[in-house]
Amino acid sequence: MQQVKSNEKMTINTKVNDKSYEVDVEPRKLLSDFLREDLGLTGTHVGCEHGVCGACTIMIDGHAIRSCLMFAVQIDGSEVETIEGLQKKELGLELKEAFSKHHALQCGFCTAGILMSAVEFLYEENHPTEKETREMLSGHLCRCTGYEGIVSAIQEVAEKNNEGR
Amino acid sequence: MKPSKFDYYRPQTLEETLNLLANYGDEGKILAGGQSFIPILNMRMSEVDCLIDINNVKDLDYIKIEEDILKIGTLTRQRSLEQSDLVFDKLPLLRETCEFIGHQQTRNRGTVGGSVVHADPSAELPLVFLILGGKAIIQSEIETRETELNDFFLTYLTTDMMPDELLTSIHVPISDVPTGYAFEEISRRHGDFALVSAVCLMNRNISGKITDLRLAIGGVDAVPMLADEEDLKPLIGKHIEEEIIDEIAESVLEMAEPDGDLHASAEYRMHIAKVLIKKVMKKAYLRAERKEVPN
Repeated sequence: MQQVKSNEKMTINTKVNDKSYEVDVEPRKLLSDFLREDLGLTGTHVGCEHGVCGACTIMIDGHAIRSCLMFAVQIDGSEVETIEGLQKKELGLELKEAFSKHHALQCGFCTAGILMSAVEFLYEENHPTEKETREMLSGHLCRCTGYEGIVSAIQEVAEKNNEGR
Repeated sequence: MKPSKFDYYRPQTLEETLNLLANYGDEGKILAGGQSFIPILNMRMSEVDCLIDINNVKDLDYIKIEEDILKIGTLTRQRSLEQSDLVFDKLPLLRETCEFIGHQQTRNRGTVGGSVVHADPSAELPLVFLILGGKAIIQSEIETRETELNDFFLTYLTTDMMPDELLTSIHVPISDVPTGYAFEEISRRHGDFALVSAVCLMNRNISGKITDLRLAIGGVDAVPMLADEEDLKPLIGKHIEEEIIDEIAESVLEMAEPDGDLHASAEYRMHIAKVLIKKVMKKAYLRAERKEVPN
């Protein structure tokens, strides 16, 4: 069993965007703050800090998860992927292109989170319907676009990937 | 919006967890998925001295069938429930309900046990386990006990559990689950907490008449509400009739005391409860297979 007092730090081992880290963290530090402040990965945005807006969504062991609803100590032994890691992946580039083409962002605050959810979604769903895409997006708030562009962009990437198979 | 300080424990086994609860149960709290609990900590609506993180107790994450009982470990993610073939085959009602729980991103992390012990009167899982006749299996260092969910929920966010106890699994009987089922809820936006939710289970005989009927409503009282058999009697042995449903809705909701809040007034909640009761009954009726039932 691992344990740590409130005023002490715990050493955690984790892989973030394929890079290994051994870091000491305070138990009450939120994962979102840890990524931004301790690792300098400021691509993950912090919006509401209670799991409603979806801006801080990242991938942990392949699943899209809210990083404001986890403590940094909880990723001990896990693999994390953030928006910074996505830009090296083919799917990331495809999404970037499609988001640009369909005007799927304006201010961009929500975009990092949406892309991380989209990645899990596109790995899981081969032929997503528009309804399924919208259902996945219901976990994200975007105040600029009205979602239409985001839906079209994700649908386009899904269709393109299917043709390639 | 940052949680206050706490001591952090991460047990690897159930025994360690129960031991921690015995020592720190009063000042501590279990952290499972944290999708309701961490917001509460972030907003400082609650402060804890010690947090017991059970996410590494992998033995508590399972879905299995033993002797016609579906057993769901407390740490099972809501997303695993949604994607489980066993649930899909045996309890389509539970499967249908899953997509109403928060969003995919919170279901990835949120757990079955966490939702049940949080005991939000408008949450989906407590309501569905209630209508399915589910039982909560509760363990402490001293004993293991089980309790019917009907006796488990006491009031808002309060259950029958003691500080040194852990909900370890939910047991749901899968034999004789009525074939007609329906779950409906109304929320401000998809994925938000339900204002009101309703769920119905129904059987019909060969001539199409209703032989079995269960109904439960969430969000209209301090706990999820299971309708009395007595209140549902008017429909037994009959085809579905709008007038009788109205009567049933009236009598079922007679004791309900919904709260009015920012999201919906008490009157509006009562209104949609009636609408939803009608909706789930009709849907369950259409889905119920007609089959021979012994008298």
